[in-house]
Amino acid sequence: MPDVILRKTVSVVEEIYHEGGPVAKIPHRRGSVLAIIRNPFAHRYEPDIQGFIDDLRPLGLQMAQKLVDMLGGPDKIEGYGKGALIGEGGELEHGALWHAPGGYAMRELLPVCNAIVPSTKKVGGVGARLDVPITHINAAYVRSHFDSMEVGCNDAPRADEMTLALVMTTGPRIHSRSGGLEAADIIGKDGLR
Amino acid sequence: MSAKIRKIAVFIEETHREMEREITPPTRKAVAVAVIENPLAGEYHEDLTPLMDIGAELGELLGNRCVQALGIKPEQAESYGKSAMVGEAGELEHAAAILHPKLGAPLRKAVEKGAALVASSKKMGSPGQVLDVPLGHKDAAYVRSHFDGIEVRLNDAPRAREIMVAVAVTDSGRPLPRVGGLEAKDAIGRDGLK
Repeated sequence: MPDVILRKTVSVVEEIYHEGGPVAKIPHRRGSVLAIIRNPFAHRYEPDIQGFIDDLRPLGLQMAQKLVDMLGGPDKIEGYGKGALIGEGGELEHGALWHAPGGYAMRELLPVCNAIVPSTKKVGGVGARLDVPITHINAAYVRSHFDSMEVGCNDAPRADEMTLALVMTTGPRIHSRSGGLEAADIIGKDGLR
Repeated sequence: MSAKIRKIAVFIEETHREMEREITPPTRKAVAVAVIENPLAGEYHEDLTPLMDIGAELGELLGNRCVQALGIKPEQAESYGKSAMVGEAGELEHAAAILHPKLGAPLRKAVEKGAALVASSKKMGSPGQVLDVPLGHKDAAYVRSHFDGIEVRLNDAPRAREIMVAVAVTDSGRPLPRVGGLEAKDAIGRDGLK
């Protein structure tokens, strides 16, 4: 299978102190790491693409580690998500190659994370933005942790590239008050509640 | 701190390849953004001192955030820039008050030296609009390899009564500079120009 050829990385940390309500003592933090890599399958239909999943695993781990470090360590992480933006020379299916390496990389580094990693993907042009969904790492129904983070880069993805994204958060939305399952009440066994 | 900060975001871009060429070491740019309440929104104020004071605070805060994010010593910073985007209930002059009178000195402290003018841009805008922060060499404005810029945008800022303030710092120039002019290694760095 082809090499993973990295052109660029973009890392972002957002610290949110308030959104019109009480100012948090510890700001809510959201982080993202993007890797902009060559799409080895661009501009043709390639029937057999699954080998690239394994090729992406080391990159996934590096990205996840960087993200965990940026947000202060594995015990600080409460929400996660992932996504892929495929340049116009590729197809949506190429984005699906990111599910396993992206998701398992984050789950390998976090102590307790039974919830499925929410994801999104699309084909887009240079400068396209992706709204990456976020849910609680251990119980997908925790309402306070449903969130998202917009990511993108003004010069990517080029036609023969893909932008791979991982995102994490350190807690609930800044002024969470819409009810539902609370993080304090989860059982944390089935990944849902 | 007199600035009422809603949000801070720090972005780092690393370029590892361009035009099939490896960039070793990768070029790196950081931009730190603060979204603050505009204390003068909604009506005309002759005195812009509150914004000038906020500029001083943010020059230090955002300059340090960039240097930290790049993981460099202050003297390793090579270029810098600053920008502001004012939400619709403010005016363009508010951006000028934040950026120009007092922001530069603490920023220069954060990057050590900084003999050159800090490149800047300003505009009015709304949530999700792009702010292009210009970049120039910190000690010698004519260094051609370091003329650059970095784009920053936040989907939820600036709201009408907010201002988005950005400071960018790099530890490198463009990935493949080859348009000549003064080179960083030949700069004297005393007058801020050459």
